[in-house]
Amino acid sequence: MSAFALQGVRITDFCWLWAGAYATSLLAFLGAEVIKIESLARVDPTRTMTLTMGSQTFEGIDQSPIFNGLNLNKLSVRLNLKQPQAIGLLRRIVQISDVVSENMRPGTLDRIGLGYDVLKDAKPDIIMLSSSAFGSEGPLRRYGGYAPSFACYSGLAHLTGYSDGLPSPMTGSVDLMSATTSAFAIMAALNHRQHTGQGQHIDLSSVESLAVFTGDALMEYIMNGKVQTRNGNHDRIMAPHNCYRCKGDDKWVSIAISTDAEWRAFCDAAGHPEWASDERFSDAYERWKNREELDRLVGDWTINHTHYEVTEILQKAGVAAMPSLSNEEILSDPHFKARNLAAEVEHPTLGKQLVLGPPWRLSETPARVTRSAPMIGEHNEYVLGELLGISLKEIARLIDAEIIY
Amino acid sequence: MAIMAEQCLGHLKVLELGNFVTGPYCTKLLADLGAEVIKIEAPGVGDDSRRKGPFLEDTPHPEMSGLFLYLNTNKLGITLDVTTETGKRILKELIKQTDIFVEDNPPAVMEQHGLAYGDLKEINSRLVMTSITPFGQTGPYRDYKAYELNCHHAGGEGYLLPTMSPDLSREPVKAGGLVGDSICGLSAAIATLAAAYSRYATGLGQHIDVSKQDVLMTMVGLEVVVMFANMEVVRTRLKHPALMPTPMKCQDGHIMVSTLTDREWRDFARSIGKPSLAEDERFSQWASRHLHGDEITPHIEEFIAQYSKEELFHRFQDRAVAAAPVNTAKDLAESPQMEARGFFGEIDHPKAGNLKYPTAPYKFSRTPWRAERAAPLLGQHNGFVYCERLGYDKRDLVTMAETGII
Repeated sequence: MSAFALQGVRITDFCWLWAGAYATSLLAFLGAEVIKIESLARVDPTRTMTLTMGSQTFEGIDQSPIFNGLNLNKLSVRLNLKQPQAIGLLRRIVQISDVVSENMRPGTLDRIGLGYDVLKDAKPDIIMLSSSAFGSEGPLRRYGGYAPSFACYSGLAHLTGYSDGLPSPMTGSVDLMSATTSAFAIMAALNHRQHTGQGQHIDLSSVESLAVFTGDALMEYIMNGKVQTRNGNHDRIMAPHNCYRCKGDDKWVSIAISTDAEWRAFCDAAGHPEWASDERFSDAYERWKNREELDRLVGDWTINHTHYEVTEILQKAGVAAMPSLSNEEILSDPHFKARNLAAEVEHPTLGKQLVLGPPWRLSETPARVTRSAPMIGEHNEYVLGELLGISLKEIARLIDAEIIY
Repeated sequence: MAIMAEQCLGHLKVLELGNFVTGPYCTKLLADLGAEVIKIEAPGVGDDSRRKGPFLEDTPHPEMSGLFLYLNTNKLGITLDVTTETGKRILKELIKQTDIFVEDNPPAVMEQHGLAYGDLKEINSRLVMTSITPFGQTGPYRDYKAYELNCHHAGGEGYLLPTMSPDLSREPVKAGGLVGDSICGLSAAIATLAAAYSRYATGLGQHIDVSKQDVLMTMVGLEVVVMFANMEVVRTRLKHPALMPTPMKCQDGHIMVSTLTDREWRDFARSIGKPSLAEDERFSQWASRHLHGDEITPHIEEFIAQYSKEELFHRFQDRAVAAAPVNTAKDLAESPQMEARGFFGEIDHPKAGNLKYPTAPYKFSRTPWRAERAAPLLGQHNGFVYCERLGYDKRDLVTMAETGII
């Protein structure tokens, strides 16, 4: 196997929940050694989410498919943050780390002696990422949030949904987008440190990590004082630009047309060349103005075909179309299979698990799934024994004293 | 004179052959952190986002699109027709001076013009090249065409939205804003910087193949993983038992409340004056709260309806319960939190003037976000790049412009 891009990078990871955990998992796909700091006194809630799937019920801290999907490739060590001796051990782990990441409420780590200022003394070039709902300064710094809160406060939910329906806070994807932002920020700081030898602290707001995705809406308000609102699948200039019902139960295809050439190709491919000469649709402006009528006509055509048939017919003609895929359909999609996005890992208690790997293909240093998420404390001996040089006897004492807990 | 702040990525030279949102957003992230980004646009036409609004004062003009201005901050801009032989030669000269090349063109087009990674690594073995396309460089859909709408639905999130649809005969919808394209540019930037990091040790570049569909599928990965574990197809548009699954209507808008932990639920119950709910067995655990959600959500909604979103926001957050108002762009622009964080920063642009822009969601203690320059005018830096960097004569530029090369 070839080397990893982040070979030799070690991360002390206090992150938990979705937005925290996935950030460092992305870097672990690239080869960083991520040591997740856990404790029975502070169990990641995604470890204990009881889930019934079909006839199987997953219970207990080492049986969560959700936790597994979010913490791939990581190691786990158990240290009780309420014990002063554990804090000392953590500082030693930080001393042999390149990055520290955390997403507790702002100030929590400072209070127990693991804030950036302290860790910087322990390791002068340490990079530390603190991610929180609203960031660590400002009047809302102590306020918390989950994915739906980020989507709502950021303005994203207001822009998602039907024009006559409720705002939609999207799905858990919102957390993973915040996580992706964290991974990018850490990656930038690592490049900077490599070049200058300097570490730094990064203070990230999950709300803002979503707000930057609404740049056009923010600019529209700043420039013209106009407030955009949700409008289903519609575009501000393109039409057709929607999902259309197809043959089958709750099956849909997305079609988007930008140019006159695409429009003519669409009409021919759909077997309705007469639409191309219909003056209601003669150019982009007319099509946009008459989009409701257009949507009706397109829908009357798609309903007679499956979503894959429509896709094939239109793609052959150079028109953008794709099914609106369910998770079930994704798994059987030939392109999904060809791209090998899914990987199988052996989980100690769950058995063979299919998971999604990294979304990039690096030609020389491939990112990949190397192992399942860790059992809680699975790597106590490796981290405390091998890395810190603590004897097995002393480790046993630390367990008895509930420092390793 | 102020001392120039140290730049996070000041050591990296980036070349962008991108269009609209995805590629440009990827390099914007690098430029905003100090990388020197040279953006290549088609002569006379420029990036498609120049022709899409919002426009300043609703006056369509290629230099006054808020979309373009936002996505191209801190970049240098040149014009070059890379489909001409001279254009290709010049591009390759630039590639020799480039650390990172980001492009989002159809794979077949790059191959046709001899600009695939295999061609470019011959002239710069240290090059990191990132290609971001709807379906990646391999697989049966490689050459399919897709706009953001299609990618978002191909990625699996569209099918899930809107959650708790009022009417299942209505279409699934894409996420709002520029989410579908931006997240792909952001994700690609991680792998790009990882490759740059690795290159420092090995001296070797590489090609990064990013499929937007792959990125978007990983974003809904949890729902997909649930499927792996033999659960039925996830259809969140269907009405299903759930506790407060959507934003709730209050006096002046909507508020969202999420209670994940048992502690949060108990504190929430107390904060709406229903402490008995905190003790109720049916709601004692996460899974059972949702199973019985329909029994209680209507009562909660009655309570919520009496107050303003601001009142509710602080009432719940004071008890450490995750709540948030549904904000508009206006709310965000006026948010004291955004103000305190300096989320909006001013940049002066020769045509659009002095405007506020959303900056970045992260604060680097040593290398802050910079507003060194506004988005480039079309071909604004032709002189600098072609003459100073590549050594062309001013007269060459005139001829190249007249022949449509630049």
